[in-house]
This record gives sequence, C-alpha cells and structure tokens, in this order.
Amino acid sequence: MTTIFGVPTQALFGQLLLGLINGSFYAILSLGLAIIFGLLNIINFAHGALYMMGAFVAWMLLTYFGLGYWWALGLAPLVVGVFGVILERVLIARLYKLDHLYGLLLTFGLALIIQGLFRNQYGVSGLPYAIPAELAGGQRLPFMFLPNYRAWVVVASLAVCIATWLVIEKTKLGAYLRAATENPTLVQAFGVNVPLFLTLTYGFGVALAGFAGVLAAPIYSVNPNMGADIIIVVFAVVVIGGMGSIIGSVITGFALGLVEGLTKVFYPEASSTVIFVIMVLVLLVKPAGLFGRTA
Amino acid sequence: MPEAAQKLSPAAATAPLLAVRGLQGWYGESHVLHGIDIDVRAGEVVTLLGRNGAGKTTTLRAIIGILGRRQGSITYEGVETIGMASRKIAKLGLGYVPEERGIFSSLSVQENLMLPPRVKPGGMTVAEIHTLFPNLKERAGSQGTKLSGGEQQMLAIGRILRTGAKTILLDEPTEGLAPVIVQQIGRTIQKLKTQGYTIVLVEQNFRFAQTLADRHFVIEQGRVVDQIPNADLDANIDKLHTYLGV
Repeated sequence: MTTIFGVPTQALFGQLLLGLINGSFYAILSLGLAIIFGLLNIINFAHGALYMMGAFVAWMLLTYFGLGYWWALGLAPLVVGVFGVILERVLIARLYKLDHLYGLLLTFGLALIIQGLFRNQYGVSGLPYAIPAELAGGQRLPFMFLPNYRAWVVVASLAVCIATWLVIEKTKLGAYLRAATENPTLVQAFGVNVPLFLTLTYGFGVALAGFAGVLAAPIYSVNPNMGADIIIVVFAVVVIGGMGSIIGSVITGFALGLVEGLTKVFYPEASSTVIFVIMVLVLLVKPAGLFGRTA
Repeated sequence: MPEAAQKLSPAAATAPLLAVRGLQGWYGESHVLHGIDIDVRAGEVVTLLGRNGAGKTTTLRAIIGILGRRQGSITYEGVETIGMASRKIAKLGLGYVPEERGIFSSLSVQENLMLPPRVKPGGMTVAEIHTLFPNLKERAGSQGTKLSGGEQQMLAIGRILRTGAKTILLDEPTEGLAPVIVQQIGRTIQKLKTQGYTIVLVEQNFRFAQTLADRHFVIEQGRVVDQIPNADLDANIDKLHTYLGV
C-alpha cells in the first residue's frame, strides 16, 4: 500500500476531500457573514439557523410538494432570502444605530427561536434526504474513490463564491456595495437608497446560507441542530480571515477545511480544536485577521 | 391665466433657489446651529465664512440632509426638505462635496467617478470631466485613495458634475492643497459659475473666496452674523479680520 509520511494515501486523500467539503460549507457561510457584517455591521448569529432552514426547506419541498433537489437548490435559497428580508425589515433595521452587541444578541435570540421551532416540529433525530439520482455513484481515481455528489458540492460552492466575488468586485452593483460599506452616509447623500441595499444584502447573505443548507442536506442528515454545530467554526473562520473581508472569508474557509482534514490524518485528537488554536494565534499576531484591514 | 402668470413671474425670478430659515441643528446632544438664515439665488456663488467650529460644515450637512437632527426650514426650488431623507434631497439636484472628500478606498478612480447616480439630465460626460481634470483619466485604474490630495479633490468635484446636479455644496475644497492646485480648483469653480451652476462654498481662506463669490455669509456660533456682498469685502476687511480672528 502506498503511504505518505507513513499514512496510507487512501486515508490522506479521503480526509483531504472531507476537509474540502467542510471547507466548502465554511466558505459559503463565512462569505455571507462577511458581506452582512461589512455592510450592516451586524454579526449575524442567526446564520447557522438559516443554513439549517435551507436544508429543511429542501426536505419540505420534496416531502410535501414532490419537488426534488434541483428545484430545492433554486427555491430554498429564495425562501430563506425572503425570510431574511422580512427579519431585516421588521427587526434588525431597528438596531443599526446601536452597538454591535445588540445585533449579536438579537440574531442569537432569533437563532434559538428558529432552531426551537424546528426541533419542536421535527425532533432531533434527523431526517434523511437522498442524493439526487444524477449525482449518485462516484469515480474510481487511481488514489481514491471520489463520490460524485461530494465533487459537485466543492464545484458548486467554488462557483457560487467566485460569482459572488465577481459581482462585488467587478459590477456597478458591487461598487455601490463596497462604497456603502465604507461610508453609507455619503452614498446616501448621492441619492442612493442605502436602506434598500442593506435589506437586499441581508437577504442575499442569508440566501447563501440557505444554498449551503441544500448542498448539505444529502451529506449530513437534515437536523435542527446542524446549524448550531457548524456556526461556531464558521465564526472562527470569519475571525481568522478578517471580519468583513470577502475574499479572505472564501480562501480561509477552504483552507481551514483542508487544515482540519489534515489534522484528522496526522493528529486526530486535535481535529476539532485546530481551527480555534489557529484563531487564537491569528488574533495574537494579527488581530484584524489574515485578510483584514486595520482601521 | 396669462395675467396670473405675469404677476407670478417677477416674484419667481427673484425667489431664492435655496432658502434656509431659522435652521437649528444638533450633533447628538450638542446643539450647534442656532438659527441659520441663508438665501442663494440661481447661478450665484456664495461662501460661508467663519472660524473653525462656527457651524459652516454643519450647515452644509444639514442642507444635504445628513445631520442627525435639524429643525427650521430649508427649501430648494420651493420644495421643503427639512423632513426629507438625504437620498431624496440629492435627487432634487443638489450635489455634495464633503470636506474630507469622501473618496472610496475600495473603489478605483473610475468607479469613484461613476458611483453617484444621475439625479438630473444635463450632467457632464466623462470625457468632459476628463478634459477638466486630465489627471483623473491618466489614473482611472488606480485605487481612489492612492491619488494625491489635489487629485482626490478633483475626483470629488468631478463625480458630482456627472450627476447633473446644478447646485453644489463645496466644503473647503482648497484645504491643505498646494497653491498651484488651489488655483486650478479656483479656475474650475469660475468655469462652473459661467456655466450657470449654483455653488455654496465653505472657505477659511477669504482671499480665495473673494475671487469667486457674489456674497459672503459670516457664521459665528451657529448663527449668521453678517452678510457681505463681494464688492464690499475690501471695505469690510477689518470687521472680517475680527470675525475670523486672523
């Protein structure tokens, strides 16, 4: 059997793939958090709950309406996005003039309520969601077996992250977003409807979470706690990448997924804490994060 | 009714484009404007003179609607704007060039130039702005804040000229700039005046203001304490020195 540093290649690549999958979810989720934090100055603790909601909407679409995975991939982010728009208009918009802490507390409360409602209705044992037929099976590569669905998750996440980055960096819409992130008052004084931008940005950011939820549904079981489990790691990713840095959140997300995977191979005991150890080190050396700008 | 129209037209001709009446303004808890009264007629250049902290910048911020709390009356073309959101005030045709210039660091020079949406027809084309400020063309791809202070000022003015706003609120455009750049800015304001723009200029340097303005409003502790036509500026020079403490 081939080995690298005494580790079978099969295990190494297997864990790297797992890391890349986790990294895909970290990247999409931290991208949404970074956009929302950048423009709205809200630390959106409800992000994990909305990711879970995306997975549940996919499950409901299938169970109650017979609409399959591909429908869910389009519709679930839309449903979660509209839900986010309502949350922003009704609740979050009232907090912009207050300290960050209030936004964090509000969204934390919302996360608990949303999770509680789903837990009450569906329990915590988890609901199965099948891999779509088109993506069943896998490829036998020389060094490992690659399930098609996992490859798809990585590709789809990368595509969504790159598309989002292109819109923000290369379009007029993105220029408004970047300018309003820097100086919303001035952008407003130019005649731009900044409050509308804030609402749509929140909606888009949480729609990304909903999208990640649909991608996750066939891999992890659909479970009311799935968001709470991942969101703590995602916050660490955002802190390491730098609060509000778009590109930083994507690169850090994928990179930390890989680091986690590697740790599982070489020192499994540390795999669940390695990201937090890195977070502590980054905070000590570069408090603004790897890609963050110091004000 | 032609008679009614005839009766109205002389009044309309003399009515100010921008009328500020009894304007009060606050930064948080601190009350900074205590009843500002200013009239600006179409095509005029007026300056707001006064010491640091007198309330000149605050007055401009109140007019464009980005001061936290304001009371009194500000009408533009007869439309009351005191309760309006700043984005709606901008749409009436007012352009704002802030003191700190407000160039966005995450945008290129070109993106900064194109950022403010058009509010009225008849704004300058990008080519016209590039003729006015050739540096902006050469450095179109640079990061906005990599420009020199003078270039940033040109960009801050240029991007407003694109929007079609015909009234420009210009806050200390010459602050901290080299004399040759100050002259260039001065020539630009002069040119805009001949093209019919209305300009409200905040200035510390009244020698500079004198070359451009029709009238000067002197602001002290949040009130307009004097109004001096430009022609009388030299005769009032001692008084002005006292006001400005120079």
